[in-house]
Amino acid sequence: MVKEMLTGNSAAAWGARLSEVDYVPAFPITPQTEIIETLSQWINDGVMNAKFTNMDSEHSMITAAGTAAATGARVFSATSSQGLLYGYEMLYNVTGWRVPLVLINVSRGLSAPITLEPDHNDILSARDTGFVQIHAATCQEILDTILMAYRIAEDKRVLLPVLINMDGFYLSFTREPVEIPDKEEVSKFLPEYNPKHAFFKASNPMSQGVAVLGGSVYSYFKYQVHLASLNVLTVHDEVAGDFKRIFGRSYSAIESFKMDDADYVIIMTNSFTIKGKAAVTKFRKNGLKAGLLRLRLIRPFPSKELRTLLNGKKAVAVIDQNISPGSGGILFNDITTALYHEPDRPEVILSFIGGLGGKDISHAEFNHIIEEMGKSMKTGVVPETQLLYTKGDLEQINNLLNIAGKTSGGLGGIEELKD
Amino acid sequence: MSMENAAYKKFKDISREEHISPGTALCTGCGGLLALRLAYKVLGENVVIVNAAGCFTLLSVYPYNPFNSSWMYTAMACAPAGAQGIRDALDILIKKGKLKSEENLKVVVLTGDGTANDIGLQSTSAAIYRGLDFYYFCYDNEAYANTGFQMSSATPYGSRTSTSLPGEINPQGTTQRKKDLFEIWRAHKPPYLATISPSDPVDLSNKFEKASKFEGPKLFIALSPCPPGWSFGASNSVNIARLAVQTGIWPLKEAVYGEVKHTVIPKFKPVEEYLRTQNRYDHLFNPVKQVDIIDNIRKDVERYWERYLGT
Repeated sequence: MVKEMLTGNSAAAWGARLSEVDYVPAFPITPQTEIIETLSQWINDGVMNAKFTNMDSEHSMITAAGTAAATGARVFSATSSQGLLYGYEMLYNVTGWRVPLVLINVSRGLSAPITLEPDHNDILSARDTGFVQIHAATCQEILDTILMAYRIAEDKRVLLPVLINMDGFYLSFTREPVEIPDKEEVSKFLPEYNPKHAFFKASNPMSQGVAVLGGSVYSYFKYQVHLASLNVLTVHDEVAGDFKRIFGRSYSAIESFKMDDADYVIIMTNSFTIKGKAAVTKFRKNGLKAGLLRLRLIRPFPSKELRTLLNGKKAVAVIDQNISPGSGGILFNDITTALYHEPDRPEVILSFIGGLGGKDISHAEFNHIIEEMGKSMKTGVVPETQLLYTKGDLEQINNLLNIAGKTSGGLGGIEELKD
Repeated sequence: MSMENAAYKKFKDISREEHISPGTALCTGCGGLLALRLAYKVLGENVVIVNAAGCFTLLSVYPYNPFNSSWMYTAMACAPAGAQGIRDALDILIKKGKLKSEENLKVVVLTGDGTANDIGLQSTSAAIYRGLDFYYFCYDNEAYANTGFQMSSATPYGSRTSTSLPGEINPQGTTQRKKDLFEIWRAHKPPYLATISPSDPVDLSNKFEKASKFEGPKLFIALSPCPPGWSFGASNSVNIARLAVQTGIWPLKEAVYGEVKHTVIPKFKPVEEYLRTQNRYDHLFNPVKQVDIIDNIRKDVERYWERYLGT
């Protein structure tokens, strides 16, 4: 067992290498490119026995990934942001083909305006495709989740592709100590892929991806995808159990932080959770019973586990690092839906948007969130989705507007928070 | 190709074995399906077709399939990328010993002209550039025929489609010239590239036979007379394809690593003979004859052949 300082991108490449993938079709996009560069190097050096192909777009890349998986190869690829959207059509196709490949998305805010740093509108746009979706918060988790993802995807109760998310820059280019498991241990955990349902070979002609006519046939296959996805709730926990037994590290669908006696719960995803944990630790020092949940498994959505964790809590605040204009936070809707019928559900559930395009979520913002939870508890009035934006943020944009010769009309009456 | 060395000298040399069952959902008299049926006789059964959205997608509708070989439907823009994935996977699985080499398959992309010329041009160019070992069979019915015959960039000048209807402003219908896909593909210098027609089965068979000797991209553009789209009686497909060849409108040719050779020198029947067989050109003759438009079509054909035959 080796521990090295790895970026999230390197950890992802290691995950693919240890999974002994057969095929990597690739197309570059910042901030994921380091993943495919690393794999390309390893394959060229012969330390990985796999085929690497430079494709002409993400649409082509996801197609080639899907058809290679349909041929019986274990396939890995990576993309980000615009790239995921460019290949979007094929995400639905690949799930319909029921092929178990693993695709990494390195999150990056969507254009326009074009930018580099992360939020989760890219990955969450794929939430209805049928891909299993797991969001990672550390470099170690990225490597581990890739190994787990192949086990989940290739399980005959699932047979669906998996999308793993990591934040661009905050994880992709950040070095953390990562334990690289031994090959022998990995082979105990992840056996060779030997598909029984989808392959191409001369002795056994097969049709895949064929057209259907009529809603009954179409619905049948679509329902199958949904039911297979729900099976992941069980399969994930089994796989996580095996993983813990062999490697000693434990992963659940939802990560709990200081939850046991918590009254005030913040829900987040991905790498910004570390900011949330720091805030919760500070609140605890001041005597406030705060806790945090990190949603790791996004599809299927772990509703049952969430109910167990949140029943009896006083107040919940969801920080969505994404925005559905005209509605609010995407995950807020999933969370409230899961809790609606619970008689013992939290008294108030508040919705916040923050961290778009990598914008910091400062301690002032966490303070504001806790204050708002308290206010709602007292008055029983729950505000509409709040957009987190500080005085410092506003000063930044005002400075730029001044240089551009424009003045700000403000954010439409939104209260700016002190830093 | 010289007939002396050709594998197929006469019609009877072509195998009677069929690889596509009759009774598919395709239109009666589909010229492209006849060309594919002939191509299959040379390709054999160890084939995986990679299909893009189009008329031929209806060949495989769950749970039916007329082939004794494999099929993969992808999407409209990306069949060559799908072919790349299958080829790469077969290669690496064979190399790793996970698949026996006798399980290997020929990978055949099957798309219409709209895909080949428009939405799928990028993924095709990329596959040829990468030297992918595959066949590309384009059935060219000169429009988006499956959706009701809208104009594609393979639609010929002066013809009618449902999105280039003849009217007051454009009485000729389609104002653009057909994109020269053969030349676009040839610019990539693939090992083998040919045009074919269901009217010339011996020529077609020899071209597939010759292509099989090359590793890399082997590309075919098949003239595909379309009874509902071109608007003619379904029993006339082969005759119309033959007229397309004989008038010089559809040159039968091949290019080996970019070197062009015509495999049939036509008799140069007047183009009008071809145009009059199809109602998509009816507006060129009724209610008044559009002499200048017909003349433009004739001149285009003459100019094309002058380059190759001299004057």
